[in-house]
Amino acid sequence: MWLRLAPALTLALLLGPIGLGFAWTVLPAFGHMPSIGAVGPTLDPWRTLFVTSGFIDTLRVTVTAGLTATCLSLVLAAGFCAIAAGSRTFSRLSRLVAPLLATPHSAIALGFAFLVLPSGWIVRAISPELTGWTRPPVGLVTIGDTAGLSLVGGLLLKEVPYLVLMIIGASAQVPVAATLAVSRALGHRGLSAWVKAVLPQIYPQIRLPLYAVLAFSLSVVDVAIILGPSQPPPLGVLATRWFSDYDLSRYPPAAAAAVLQLIVVIAAIGLWRVAEIPIAALGRSWAEGGSRGFASALLIRLAGIAALLAGGLGLAAILGMVVWSLALVWRFPDAWPSALGLATWQAQAGIVAPALANTIIIGAAATVLAILLVLACLENEVRRGRRPGGAALWLLFLPLLAPQIAFLFGVQVTLVRVGLDGTLFAVIWSHLVFVLPYVFLSLADPFRALDPRLPATAAALGADPIRVFVTIKLPLLLRPLLIAAAVGFAVSVGQYLATLFPGAGRISTLTTDAVTLASGADRRIIGVYAALQAALPLLAYVAALGAPAFLYRHRRALRP
Amino acid sequence: MKQPAALNLNEVTIRLRGTGAALVENLELSISPGTVTTLMGPSGSGKSTLLAFCAGFLDRSAFAASGAVCIGEDRIDGLPAERRRLGLLFQDALLFPHLSVGSNLLFGLPRSAARSRFERRQIIEDALAQAGLAGYADRDPDTLSGGQRARVALLRTLLAEPRALLLDEPFSKLDAALRAEIRTFLFEHVRARSLPTLLVTHDAADAEAAGGALVTS
Repeated sequence: MWLRLAPALTLALLLGPIGLGFAWTVLPAFGHMPSIGAVGPTLDPWRTLFVTSGFIDTLRVTVTAGLTATCLSLVLAAGFCAIAAGSRTFSRLSRLVAPLLATPHSAIALGFAFLVLPSGWIVRAISPELTGWTRPPVGLVTIGDTAGLSLVGGLLLKEVPYLVLMIIGASAQVPVAATLAVSRALGHRGLSAWVKAVLPQIYPQIRLPLYAVLAFSLSVVDVAIILGPSQPPPLGVLATRWFSDYDLSRYPPAAAAAVLQLIVVIAAIGLWRVAEIPIAALGRSWAEGGSRGFASALLIRLAGIAALLAGGLGLAAILGMVVWSLALVWRFPDAWPSALGLATWQAQAGIVAPALANTIIIGAAATVLAILLVLACLENEVRRGRRPGGAALWLLFLPLLAPQIAFLFGVQVTLVRVGLDGTLFAVIWSHLVFVLPYVFLSLADPFRALDPRLPATAAALGADPIRVFVTIKLPLLLRPLLIAAAVGFAVSVGQYLATLFPGAGRISTLTTDAVTLASGADRRIIGVYAALQAALPLLAYVAALGAPAFLYRHRRALRP
Repeated sequence: MKQPAALNLNEVTIRLRGTGAALVENLELSISPGTVTTLMGPSGSGKSTLLAFCAGFLDRSAFAASGAVCIGEDRIDGLPAERRRLGLLFQDALLFPHLSVGSNLLFGLPRSAARSRFERRQIIEDALAQAGLAGYADRDPDTLSGGQRARVALLRTLLAEPRALLLDEPFSKLDAALRAEIRTFLFEHVRARSLPTLLVTHDAADAEAAGGALVTS
């Protein structure tokens, strides 16, 4: 039966592009690319890469920014969750992660830039009263610093809420309240007890998402274009820049940089995995040491407050973009525009419309395909009574762990060979590769948690499997189904490289346009793009929560 | 309507796939129409597994089963669950929470019983009225009391015109007073329709009320 083919088909759709794309990145990296007349193997691309001026700085900022962002995100998110486990206020605040998660990275990065720029909102808010500045300070570098600090800052705004959500999700599998109660009865402070007794139980469950954060931080391109150093840039940006060059001889060294990016990611994940062992040992000896956690509680509180700050900055970044898009006149150092209006929106409406339409079409198509494939896989799993093993799950996560740059160029090379580059079809497929894992992650648990006696009862009443699926399972899963769709849509809206390469630069979305505009366009225009980028996923979430609430308003058992 | 027929289990054996341990071994049962056979035993003794086997929901990755399940002369263990026409009731009413009470009943009502919307609606309205639930068709199942839910679940099962009933501790979640009432309600229907019924329970009072054969595992 065709349903049995669903898992194989799904994996083929995901792994096909990754495998082919990776092959056509590695071959050019060793000088083999017949389409531009290069026939290898040769190590010339690598030599070109290594002697590029600033290569060492490129490698350094890639590694330090990636590792710093991941470590800090974990510490801040853990600090926040430690406090939230014992504080109503904090656990209520954790609901604010939704808009931060829904907003694409590049929109948050743009908003963050407009907050912290010397002429940004923060400086405006405190000038001239505190700073004495009546014009933007010259020589103050707040974004694009060579150490990559602003890049780390921008990444934190997205990654802290993401990890908070992951930790909260994993907490449901762990007896948190009981563990804390026991620890406190033994005389430990609640906060350090969370780190000593709860975190070690949660960590194995958040390992995979954490590695995804690490891989992402090391290889991100769109955020790095906006916030990272530009000369020399991080590795992923360098590769993207060369791939986008008109000079075709740039392709082989670009491919070498992309392969190096993959090596960096694999090495970093390996290093992280190894480092977990001594850190766990240290943690154990700390827990066995019997300290009551006075100093540690202080540090955890600090981390939690820093997490709040990151969340606050993220929300301010989104709000700031909306304000900029509505600002008609906003003189420095005014804290608020002196005139607000819709003029920028009206002027941009016609220009932004095609990118907006592309974003919606691609996002909707990729999401619908992902939902159908995931439902087919899950239904097959239930009917055959067999769950995918660990290996299949890792394959499913591969798109989230492998750096995009390491295979998307190769995807483009393959698409050119079959004449599909620059088509909507190609872009939708490449989005599907990244949308599907998230849809699966968000739908699998609710689908598996459905009481099996309900479909059994329906079948005993004479309903065949298709009728049971359509009239019982789907309606009961409407809410998680729509939420999974909203997650998938948000992921699609945020894709940069996955649009740029398969679209061959001919298909633009809000995200690709916004990143292109980042270097130097009018802030009010960028505000329009970023506001739309943030609004689309948010609307999808509102619909996903609102539709079931309305449809099932007379069904008490289905209310959240 | 067909003549009522007995529910027969011949040489039914169910083993755990992992250890090969037998949960049920060479079970022979013959349940005459209108009688209730009670299967008693501690939890984990494979009673529910046997019902799952009869009804067609046995998890084949965890259990290996052999033997025949027949209604009269018809052997049904090879049929898909939806074609076995066995009424199945669990501890919980398991009314579909997204459907109204009436839609729950209509879900199981075969098209052979009535085709037109009006007729179908009439049948369920009558059934509800006979069960003391007149006017409940448009209610949200979640607003019903436990006893009302149990009655709706039974009505839903009966309207699907089953040839036998399988009951998996259907009274265990009801309080004592309600339990007696629902038991009476259920067994009256069993007798009125001459349904062979297999009841799984660990409550001796259930077995006594059922009044039929008793098998302990």
